[in-house]
Amino acid sequence: MAVGLDKVQPDKITEDKHLVVQGMDISGHWNRMFEQRVIWDYDVDNLEKVTNLPGGESLGWCYGCAKCTAVCPIDIVGDYSPRKIHRKTQIGVDLFTSSDLWLCTTCMNCLRVCPKEVNMIQIMPAVREQAVLTGAVPPELQKAFEDTAKHGNPLGQPQRKRADWAKAAGVPVPIIKDLKRPVDILWYVGSYPSYHPRGMDAARAAARIFNALGIDFGILGIEEKDDGDSQRLAGEKGLFEMLAEQNIATFGKYEFNRMVVTGPHEFNAFKNEYPKYGADFKVAHYTRFLVEHLDRLKPMLKKPINLKVTFHDPCYLGRHNGEYDAPRELLRAIPGIELVEMGRCRENGYCCGGGGGGMWLDSFTKEHTTMRLSERRVREAAEYGAEVLAVCCPFEVSRFEDAAKSTGNDKLMVRDILELLDESMKE
Amino acid sequence: MNIVVPIKQIPNLTDELEINGEGTNLDHDALQYVLNEFDEHAIEEAVLAKEAAGGTVTVIGVDTTGELDGALHAALAKGADKAAKITGDFPRGTDSHTQAKLLADAIKGLSPDLVLTGVQAADDRDGQIGPMIATHLGLPYVGVVTGVAVKDGKAMVHKEYAGGLMGEFEVSLPMVVGVQAAHQPPRYAPVSKVRQIAKTAKIDEIAGGEAAGAGSAVRRMFKPQSAGHAEMWEGGPEEVAEKIAALIKEKGLLKG
Repeated sequence: MAVGLDKVQPDKITEDKHLVVQGMDISGHWNRMFEQRVIWDYDVDNLEKVTNLPGGESLGWCYGCAKCTAVCPIDIVGDYSPRKIHRKTQIGVDLFTSSDLWLCTTCMNCLRVCPKEVNMIQIMPAVREQAVLTGAVPPELQKAFEDTAKHGNPLGQPQRKRADWAKAAGVPVPIIKDLKRPVDILWYVGSYPSYHPRGMDAARAAARIFNALGIDFGILGIEEKDDGDSQRLAGEKGLFEMLAEQNIATFGKYEFNRMVVTGPHEFNAFKNEYPKYGADFKVAHYTRFLVEHLDRLKPMLKKPINLKVTFHDPCYLGRHNGEYDAPRELLRAIPGIELVEMGRCRENGYCCGGGGGGMWLDSFTKEHTTMRLSERRVREAAEYGAEVLAVCCPFEVSRFEDAAKSTGNDKLMVRDILELLDESMKE
Repeated sequence: MNIVVPIKQIPNLTDELEINGEGTNLDHDALQYVLNEFDEHAIEEAVLAKEAAGGTVTVIGVDTTGELDGALHAALAKGADKAAKITGDFPRGTDSHTQAKLLADAIKGLSPDLVLTGVQAADDRDGQIGPMIATHLGLPYVGVVTGVAVKDGKAMVHKEYAGGLMGEFEVSLPMVVGVQAAHQPPRYAPVSKVRQIAKTAKIDEIAGGEAAGAGSAVRRMFKPQSAGHAEMWEGGPEEVAEKIAALIKEKGLLKG
């Protein structure tokens, strides 16, 4: 029984089939609006099932203001928000078996505005973990979990080929195991930059930029495993912990001053989660790292890129970790670029749909939304007249390129900031 | 009901397959090994049968890789009750005749009512382990099965044929089944559950006997040689259709 409800007595109602008082018909069913809300008709235990879970408590704090509904990216293309989930669990929907469980991308726009700090970033993984333990996982996501566990990456590619991308970089990409000495920067490349064709383009661009700047770096190559942060948020905490143990042990074998990462999701994992498992190293996202070198990088950006560019703030770099400026500083350093801001920018950035497991739930999500989040975002970029949609998260490139094609915005180019810098460094 | 699931590990097919120096087999040590996919279906079908009719599921395999424990733990996480492995000098790539004999000897002691194993494995595509185990144990065998239902000591077994045909067999237990696919997709074993089981589970070790001998020897194993190339034709549908028609005539493929 929900707290406090035992102190409230149900109304004692009598419903006369035919009752006319002073000429007014007050018989029958219509006057139910004058009694207490029909919460008694529903089983409120489903809300408690969530709030009793460690990590799920904050769902109970919702008081229905709907500030979250206004900013939730899924609600713009569907019917969703923490407030709606709170209400639905109050009136009998079981979140553990509901489709609502798998739509949240943990973008954090709700938590940003919530006066009661209802925290979906904790609620969703906690409930999803229980669902996964009972085996209730959408099949596409299950495959991503299994591939990550078996091959160290969610794309199902062989571990042995994780460093093959470097062969076509055109510059040396040292494997830290072969260097046999301490390095300044351990560059954690990531799964999508290592295996996805468009991710590999960005990785090669990064290698060329680091070489041009004379950075003393090394990569882990085939010893590198996925950070697992999105899998954690999708309910596979055990998988995340297994990867963290393996990665932390691998990092511990080498001496380096700092780690630089290509993607915001691993930035989030290494900065905020890995210390809980004993990791102790400094980490920077490549945008902040390159801004530190901007005085030497800027003179190398010789070739103008005369295009209108808009920047998409990645949820896990921006809202989750407070970095909005470094990417923009890099873009502004490229000659010729006209930087335009979309309406939903910076703290109010609109999620691409890839986080929280969304990268591996497209077959599921598209059944519950009028359009994909990435399609909504690409339309916004086009509305602002952008010729290039600039990104700095490896999940985004493929999502936005697919969305550009499926929304008829084929002319919109999607480029990682690394690719734009690399292009500007060419003769 | 006592259900036994023999399993085996095979080279991971997403890896690049290397031939050994003698050119007679894969370079097994260079490869990563994974559970045979058809055996995953066998495990699932066994757990489903147990959930429907009661009993225990024992998963057993010859430990040719030294890494069979992981597969056994995952099976326990999916609902199997017991795990056993056959140990001895049986390296990676141990032939199916030997594996079948070792498994049959071990399984005999378990007195199974139902033996479910993958109908084939992608390494040798022999499809022989199931029938050979059945022969050693003197039990009936039905392969390419997509559903098993047990009632009153009999199994109703659903078998697939080519051309979309299906067959249903009523077979007295005990029997051996070669599973093509479980009647539901294999369930997910959460990593935390597998790790937990890895800490506490007890795997029975059975010492294996002698190798049986494969009965055949591989003379040569080699990667396919490309004999030519594909010619790509450009043009609209009418243009290309004319080219195809001309080629068919030129190659003398039309009668008369």
